[in-house]
Amino acid sequence: MAKTDALQGSLDLLVLKILSRRQRLHGYAIMATIADTSGEVLRAEEGSLYPALYRMEEAGWIRAEWVKKDTGRRARVYELTAAGKKQLGAEESRWQSVSLAINRVLREA
Amino acid sequence: MSFWSRISNAVRGERLNSEIEEELQSHIDEAIAAGRDPNEARRAFGSRLHTLEVSHSIRVSEWLESVFADVRFGWRQLWRNKVTTAAAVLSLALGIGSCVAAFRLIDALLWRPLPISGAGRLYVLSRKLIGPEGRPMEDSYWSTPDFKVMRNAVKDRADLVAISDADRTDITWTTDDDMEKAHVVYVSANMFPLFGLEPALGRLLISEDDQGPGSSPYAVISWDYWNHRFGRDPKIIGRPLHIDGRTFEIIGVGPRDFTGTETGTVTDIFLPLSLNSLATQDGVSWQHTFLMLKPGVNPATTLEPLRQHLSAVSHAFEAQCSTCFRGIPQATINRLLNKKLVVNPAGAGISELQKDYRRLLGALGLLVALVLLIACVNVSNMMTAQATARAQEMALRISIGAGRSRLVRLILIQSALLAFLASALGAFFAAWSAPFVLSLVNSPENPARLALPADWRVLLFGFALMILVVLLLGLLPALRASAVRPVAALKGGEDPHSPRRLMRGAIAIQVAFCVLVLFLSSMFVSSFKRLQDRPLGFSINRLLLLETVSGKGQLPIVWNQTAEVLRAAPGVNSVAIAGWPLLGRIQINSDISVVGAPPSPTPAYFRPVSPGFFSIMEIPIVSGRDFLPEDTSPGAAIVNETFVNTYFPNQDPIGRTFERGPNQPVNKIIGVTPDIPDHNLREPLRPLFYVPFNEIDEKSAPKIVDLATFIIHTETPNSLALAGTLRQVIAQRHNGLRVSNITTELDLYRDQTVRERLIAMLAAFFAVVALLLAGIGLYAVLNYSVLQRRREIGIRMAIGSPRINIVRIVTFDVFLMIALGTCAGMVLGFGAARYVASLFYQVKATDAEIIAIPAVAILVTMLVATFPAVLRALQTDPTKILRAE
Repeated sequence: MAKTDALQGSLDLLVLKILSRRQRLHGYAIMATIADTSGEVLRAEEGSLYPALYRMEEAGWIRAEWVKKDTGRRARVYELTAAGKKQLGAEESRWQSVSLAINRVLREA
Repeated sequence: MSFWSRISNAVRGERLNSEIEEELQSHIDEAIAAGRDPNEARRAFGSRLHTLEVSHSIRVSEWLESVFADVRFGWRQLWRNKVTTAAAVLSLALGIGSCVAAFRLIDALLWRPLPISGAGRLYVLSRKLIGPEGRPMEDSYWSTPDFKVMRNAVKDRADLVAISDADRTDITWTTDDDMEKAHVVYVSANMFPLFGLEPALGRLLISEDDQGPGSSPYAVISWDYWNHRFGRDPKIIGRPLHIDGRTFEIIGVGPRDFTGTETGTVTDIFLPLSLNSLATQDGVSWQHTFLMLKPGVNPATTLEPLRQHLSAVSHAFEAQCSTCFRGIPQATINRLLNKKLVVNPAGAGISELQKDYRRLLGALGLLVALVLLIACVNVSNMMTAQATARAQEMALRISIGAGRSRLVRLILIQSALLAFLASALGAFFAAWSAPFVLSLVNSPENPARLALPADWRVLLFGFALMILVVLLLGLLPALRASAVRPVAALKGGEDPHSPRRLMRGAIAIQVAFCVLVLFLSSMFVSSFKRLQDRPLGFSINRLLLLETVSGKGQLPIVWNQTAEVLRAAPGVNSVAIAGWPLLGRIQINSDISVVGAPPSPTPAYFRPVSPGFFSIMEIPIVSGRDFLPEDTSPGAAIVNETFVNTYFPNQDPIGRTFERGPNQPVNKIIGVTPDIPDHNLREPLRPLFYVPFNEIDEKSAPKIVDLATFIIHTETPNSLALAGTLRQVIAQRHNGLRVSNITTELDLYRDQTVRERLIAMLAAFFAVVALLLAGIGLYAVLNYSVLQRRREIGIRMAIGSPRINIVRIVTFDVFLMIALGTCAGMVLGFGAARYVASLFYQVKATDAEIIAIPAVAILVTMLVATFPAVLRALQTDPTKILRAE
């Protein structure tokens, strides 16, 4: 059923969910939000976060833009696209069914 | 979007990397600002390079990126060898450009469908029969009553359309003084609706306009004529137009693209068929008959029954025609009735130009294709040499894991670059050369006109040609490169003979093609030379010809008086009159009966001439005398020697008599002239007789003349300089004579050889190019081969091999290839010569000089091309070579 492995699948889901709540976040902010909201339990590795962001960008789910920061440096901020919103719905329901299934197995085994 | 972003990212690969790097850096900055340890933050990315690469590969199309890398690499390779690249591009551009130009001409003349609806359903009817000289011929003309019978017979299955030749006709728009020429066509009125043509202005002809002599005389002009003659003046509608003493009213302008059905001639004026006086005559064949199938009909099953039906109807019409064969012997009638009706596709129009130039353009297409092939072989050889020079690099690439397909792609991309550059350059060449060659077709006063648009047909051809060139160029070197065995190459050289074997094969092919081009070219050039060197037997210099008409006709005395006035004009040496000029378009034959016998099967051609004609044309009278002013026709005649041999073999012709058909008045032969080609330089000599210009009827009263040519011998070599004043001299007489056309005997003579001059010129040009390319190719291959074998040569010299042996090993196999190629080229040449035999004049493929010229030319070129390489081989310094090893 799930094409990607659970970890990667859940990273996409988390990023999409975060971007659906707060638009225009840069990579570090996304990483920090994942850590904060999960109570430091979940941590996205830098080495996998950026490839995931680029992949989703190429898939058309998110869109990126360069903005000037106060420090004078540029940052690349991401936001959700219409296709991304749709994908988020699919990912959420997939996650729900997977976690339900896992819970059922844990209960009955 | 992502697809395009991946493609565009492939183009800007470097910038993409720096962007990714910037983003990662900004991440680390944020992390440090949030209080993380700088080193830890940096380490969190793991291998920085790896992250970069993974990120990069996600964001670009890798395949495309490597193609771009190959293009850049290929470009650098070409740029490094600027001279070779320029030579390659130029020779390919010439080849591609010539091929495209030849295609444009062939397509425009022979293939491009007429701009009408249902061009694919259009056919033309003609009849095959045995001609008067016993040769098979095809007669494409029909009489209008015959056409009408046939049209009615098949009207439920197909439509027949009558269209005459587009004759260059004298017309006047206002008064008689401003007479001009226009191409006038008589058409049956159903042509316009059947071809789906819509008027650009006014209306087109309808069937009511074509009901016979009683119809109102309406005319339609073509858009092209309206545009260039009237500047698209809308007031053209209703203007009167005078042709042959009749007045027509312009009622409309045809559609923009339609220029008639005679490919190569732009029709100016369309007139209703039935308003031509020939349209009522049963026995006069003067119009073409087109057949248009109904839409949706299958030609394969319909045409043959239609043909048989038409054939039967037409045969019955002619057999019953009482006026058609009056006074003709039964044998001739049988010959004329025994013909086969044929139906040919006519979607591209029909014209004499097509017949005359089909083979010529075919031969031209062959020549340019061969030149392109020779150029391709050259460039392919060059690339093979370059690839061999890079054998070590290739081997290294393969051994560290480059795919062989990547190597093939590298070479194909390089040849694509060359082909692309050459095509771009060739497009300019084709854009210029196709109209240029077209302008050399036909005489300047009546040029061939063809639409030569650069549309999708041409672009498609050019593109297909480019692909073909890429494959021809790249395939061999690519296969070779991909077959590199790394171990052997890295050990210090593969089998040193293999690339040379390939290149030697290429030399043989190149020589074969080159010999074929030379062979055909020498045939074309000698044809032209022989035609030009054909003894004329008359003068063509300083002769101005005023082709003059008289609407209602004038008595011979008026014509003679006018000649007297012309004779008195300044700059005029002498003047004579002929019914029609030598080598002109008009030829009329006549039956010959000797002493009341039935006409002989061979007709003779005649020409009315005034006294002085023979002296002005410098035609000697070999026996008897010239005409005198009091001689009349019928009465006296001067004949040529073939006439004597045909009708009075082994007799003294002077004083003998003949008639022009049974029960015709008697003509007495008063003089004999030598044979001359009077109508066509290519035709064999034929019986010819001249009659006095003063013609009389049965009651010995003078007959009026409505057409004749004043032949004026001028003092200046540029006889056309007098044309204007002499034309005025005739106009001022106000005796009804009007100059219809001005030309010179020299121009008529030149028009005769237009086609031969054109093909000889083009063939000679391509022969030189082919020879040059083949020479360069051989030079390059030999030079390369000597360079590659310098080790071997050095060793041989060091152990005392005599120089002659060195020369032998360098050149022997190459000369073997040249000999092989020459033979193959000759064999191909014999085959090709048969196809274009109709273009040759008294030249056979087996003539000694035809074989000798290409052989000598190729031999000399090859000797010149091998010389530098041999010299280089002999100058090899063994100590230097062996020290370098």
